[in-house]
Amino acid sequence: METIVMEHIRLPKVENVRLIDTVTSRRASVGTLYLTATHTIFVENETEILTETWVLHSLVFSVEKQASTTTGCPLLVRCKNFQVLQFVIPQERDCHDVHVSLLHLSRPEHYEELYCFSYNANSDREDRRKAWDFINLKAEYSRMGLPNHLWKLTPANHHYKVSDTYPADLYVPKSATPPVIMGSSKFRSRGRFPTLSYYYKENHVTICRSSQPLSGFSARCLEDEQMLEAIVRSNPRSDFMYVVDTRPKLNAMANRAAGKGYENEDNYSNIKFHFVGIENIHVMRNSLQKMLEVSEAHFPSMSYFLEGLESSGWLKHIKAVVDAGVFITKAIAEEGISVLVHCSDGWDRTAQVCSVASVLLDPYYRTLKGLMVLIERDWVSFGHKFSHRNNHLNGDPKEVSPVIDQFLECVWQLSEQFPCAFEYNERFLITIHHHVYSCQYGNFIGNNQKERTELGLQEKTHSLWTYLWKNRTDYINPLYRPDHSQTQGVLRPLTAPYCFKFWGALYNRFDRGIHPRQSVMEYLMAIREETQQLEEQLASHEMDRRAEDVEAIWASPPSNSSVGLANTPGDYSGLGGFLKSPYQQKEPENSLLILPWPQELRKPTDPDLSTNGDDQESGIAGLSCLSPPNEESAKDPDSDETAYSAA
Amino acid sequence: MEFSEHIKTANVEDVVLRRPFYQPTKGTLCVTGHHLIFSNRGGDSARPFLLLLRNIDAIEKRPSVSSGTITLKCKDLCVLQLDIPGMEECLNIASSIESLSSLETVSEMYPFFYRPPFLSLQDQWGLSSTEQHYAQMKEIHDGWRVSQVNRDYSVSPSYPPAVIVPHSIDDETLVKAARFRQGGRFPVLCYYHRETGTVIMRSSQPLSGANRKRCREDELLLQAVIDGSELGYIIDTRSSQQAQQARMTGGGFESKSCYRGWKRLHRQLEKGKVLQESLIKLVEACGDQSHSVDRWLSKLENSKWLSHVQTALSTAGLVAECVERDGHSVLVHGSEGTDTSLLVSSLAQLILDPDSRTLAGFLGLLEREWVQAGHPFQQRCAHSAYSHVRLRHEAPVFVLLLDCVWQLARQFPLAMGFSEPLLLRLAKEVYASDYGTFLCNSDQERCVTGVKERTHCLFQSLLRANERQHYSNPLYERTELAIWPSIQPPSLQLWKGLFLQWTDDALHLVEAQKVIQNLVSQCHRPLNEKVENTDG
Repeated sequence: METIVMEHIRLPKVENVRLIDTVTSRRASVGTLYLTATHTIFVENETEILTETWVLHSLVFSVEKQASTTTGCPLLVRCKNFQVLQFVIPQERDCHDVHVSLLHLSRPEHYEELYCFSYNANSDREDRRKAWDFINLKAEYSRMGLPNHLWKLTPANHHYKVSDTYPADLYVPKSATPPVIMGSSKFRSRGRFPTLSYYYKENHVTICRSSQPLSGFSARCLEDEQMLEAIVRSNPRSDFMYVVDTRPKLNAMANRAAGKGYENEDNYSNIKFHFVGIENIHVMRNSLQKMLEVSEAHFPSMSYFLEGLESSGWLKHIKAVVDAGVFITKAIAEEGISVLVHCSDGWDRTAQVCSVASVLLDPYYRTLKGLMVLIERDWVSFGHKFSHRNNHLNGDPKEVSPVIDQFLECVWQLSEQFPCAFEYNERFLITIHHHVYSCQYGNFIGNNQKERTELGLQEKTHSLWTYLWKNRTDYINPLYRPDHSQTQGVLRPLTAPYCFKFWGALYNRFDRGIHPRQSVMEYLMAIREETQQLEEQLASHEMDRRAEDVEAIWASPPSNSSVGLANTPGDYSGLGGFLKSPYQQKEPENSLLILPWPQELRKPTDPDLSTNGDDQESGIAGLSCLSPPNEESAKDPDSDETAYSAA
Repeated sequence: MEFSEHIKTANVEDVVLRRPFYQPTKGTLCVTGHHLIFSNRGGDSARPFLLLLRNIDAIEKRPSVSSGTITLKCKDLCVLQLDIPGMEECLNIASSIESLSSLETVSEMYPFFYRPPFLSLQDQWGLSSTEQHYAQMKEIHDGWRVSQVNRDYSVSPSYPPAVIVPHSIDDETLVKAARFRQGGRFPVLCYYHRETGTVIMRSSQPLSGANRKRCREDELLLQAVIDGSELGYIIDTRSSQQAQQARMTGGGFESKSCYRGWKRLHRQLEKGKVLQESLIKLVEACGDQSHSVDRWLSKLENSKWLSHVQTALSTAGLVAECVERDGHSVLVHGSEGTDTSLLVSSLAQLILDPDSRTLAGFLGLLEREWVQAGHPFQQRCAHSAYSHVRLRHEAPVFVLLLDCVWQLARQFPLAMGFSEPLLLRLAKEVYASDYGTFLCNSDQERCVTGVKERTHCLFQSLLRANERQHYSNPLYERTELAIWPSIQPPSLQLWKGLFLQWTDDALHLVEAQKVIQNLVSQCHRPLNEKVENTDG
């Protein structure tokens, strides 16, 4: 496999490359560009501290070679984590070679080429295997109280024989017999019959999910009707249920012409049918694209930004998902009525809506581990097509869509409204977003459980969840109070339009200039760590490695915030700087902002890059001598934004 | 006292009061000369609800046969509703409110009657005077002096009696320069930057007029400011077209040939009617009940409020950049020099000067740059966003300042010694207050009406120990560095705490603030200690 990858690298090293600061467009740093099997690395010349920018090939969204100018040939690299890098390469031929190489490297044809299969491959197999058990869905269902006298585990989909996109273990009403399940699955797209997603212990009400029925204009299926009847009967408190079709009504009706469609209330006794009108993956993809154009604009006016935000429709779509979640939450918690959710295939909008409702209903999903479990259940196990949607392989661009991005944003929007209700912080959501695309961990590779099992991911790759759990102190929201009134029970968010804000921390993640220059969260986390460290020091001399790392991050005491505060003026002149000095001056080293990122995003997660000399290194002629000996200053192969922003 | 003439019905029983965050309650409504008082008979310990009539911006009445409903839209953006049994009572109450809330005689306003036990009229009114301020800045004593040329307000009716000017300029020159500036507002010092020795000055526009008149004394005065250095910047808060047009009405700008060494830059800041209408549109957008994001964003954009925030911060950033980065002095003015000039000069000081970011320092800045400098509060804040009265001189320039300060504090949550509740309190007090601080339009008017003798000073009151604690920022860590705000659109946000303060949304955020406060006091040093260090 490595040799295939290596063949793509036409040019492993280019010197005198300039990296333009895309935010100000004025500053540039000169350095050397390296192409390795896994990363593009830019090493800046002539800085006292080694400044490197690493970009994982799997994070590259597009590579665009622009028209040559007198200074060289610009190469624009857009990443899936919204980093935008503009290189200027002196020779056009070199630029062409880098361009072609990157195009190949960033669009692998086979799963086996993905980074997760080479990432930290030499670690202990048994440890790795065990780490995957950290998130256990069986434990999750039993946490919900299943199986019980109303719901049972069905073996129907063992060996994925009923639906190849469903998980093997599924929960169905006790009264659903195998023929009913089989019959119902034949009447549903991709065999995705109605099955349990979330069980609300408090009143035995459930959220179920499925794909659309193959009803066309008039087709019926007795077993499918029996299946829904079984779900109604499994809720002793109500004699009907809601069927929520998350599509706009027009889309659902159009599907009828193709022999698909939605449930006819006349055929299903005891259902109330409801459309919530979330747009399809293509609309969402275009919407994000439009929003990114707005967020990337240089020095836009307020009106341009707000108009652009409006016309992108992005926040409208986010609101639609939250609204749907709120509708279901009300039905479950207040009315005590079960809900069946579907869209077309039941793996995009359905996953969004079910999981948003779960977050609203159950405080557990507002904890670190709870969110991991939720993503594992509603997204990974139920066959959200991560590899297609997140563009892991060279595939159909029409399959790409920011579906899980929207879910993460919904959670963020809620956390903005309830600052004390979530155990995790914004950084946790952004880190998950990052790794949904990075292919560094095996969790999101493939499109369904069957594929993942066949790929042997649990044997060959690492799990993101254990990694996040190990570093959980980075992701804890200091305002979280398990006993706070906001935290307990059901969240009832406002969904007025003004509650939905542009998520700059994600979409402008690398434009440090626009973020708050000081962060309350970081400050609170810092003082909490300080206190904890003092206590630990008192308690024992044996500090674990983790605490030492923490100390390293906060080498400059957080109370001394002025160090981090040395920021620079924005472009107040509006003319690209009529004033003579500020921008040409080299910024002081301390113009780094004070938002330190977790280790994983600033320091290597590999034990040691330079000694891991089997395959990863093979493309980096001469790079090993650049890797500093100690871990502290070695750069994370994953994303080196701190170094980048210092550039 | 003629208040009783306006009160036809003083008491009504069984009135239902509806207000945000509370269940509707039944009680007795009482109209006094300055307040609506609502007391809930059932509530044992509940304090009566008190509303300053001055706070009422608009009143809508819907009488029916046996009862009536009065909707009160307040200047603090709160909307209340009173259900009053009896049509006659309803009409009487409504007409009392209408006439009492629009009384314009300053000496009849509530601050002249407010006598809380914890304040004494013997206390000093105001935090500091020009002389005291000057005395504290030893480093400027060589180059600058206090002039009392305006001691009887004859040179500039809107200036305070004492101002700081270059040492080399005598009072006679000042008098002549003042004649060349609108309202006599000749250039005066508002900030001295220690590291570079450069200054921020402000004034009104020069009266060069259509004939391009010159004034030697005015030119001398500005020459003295940049004496020794080669360059100074004039930041004109009008577009160059507006400045040109101003010549037709006797105003104008400093022409390059007459003011050597001064470079003029135009940054158009809206004021007056445009700004007032922007506020009205914004408040209307915030009250929109439709559930469409498109509509919301389009209304938010259409109000242009955030554009005004962006322009104000960016102009202030430009001024601060000239001073700190470039090492050049700046003169800020628009036309009258009583609105946008003050906005820009005070924001620039907040960016540059750590002393102005403490609680006491910020209030001192407001006192110098707004109250003493003659921002016409009474005219600007006569009405807020709900009023149907035809606009005259209303403009929310001070609210815009508070919003910009909020944006700064949001971007630098550790750098300010004061907290959001202080900004919210000021936004409320500026429209309707128990205190005399924001009464009148100038220092002269305050002297004439006896504000300083017969009312209490808000700023003094805010600095009392228990208030101070409430308004201090628990996260405050003083930094000596300039705080350069980002003016990128994603960095600027709607100030929900003000414009959406009457929606539920705000409650969770207030709770979060409490958690932060507890966390800091638990984890870190005791809060008290910090507050003491805040303003030393």
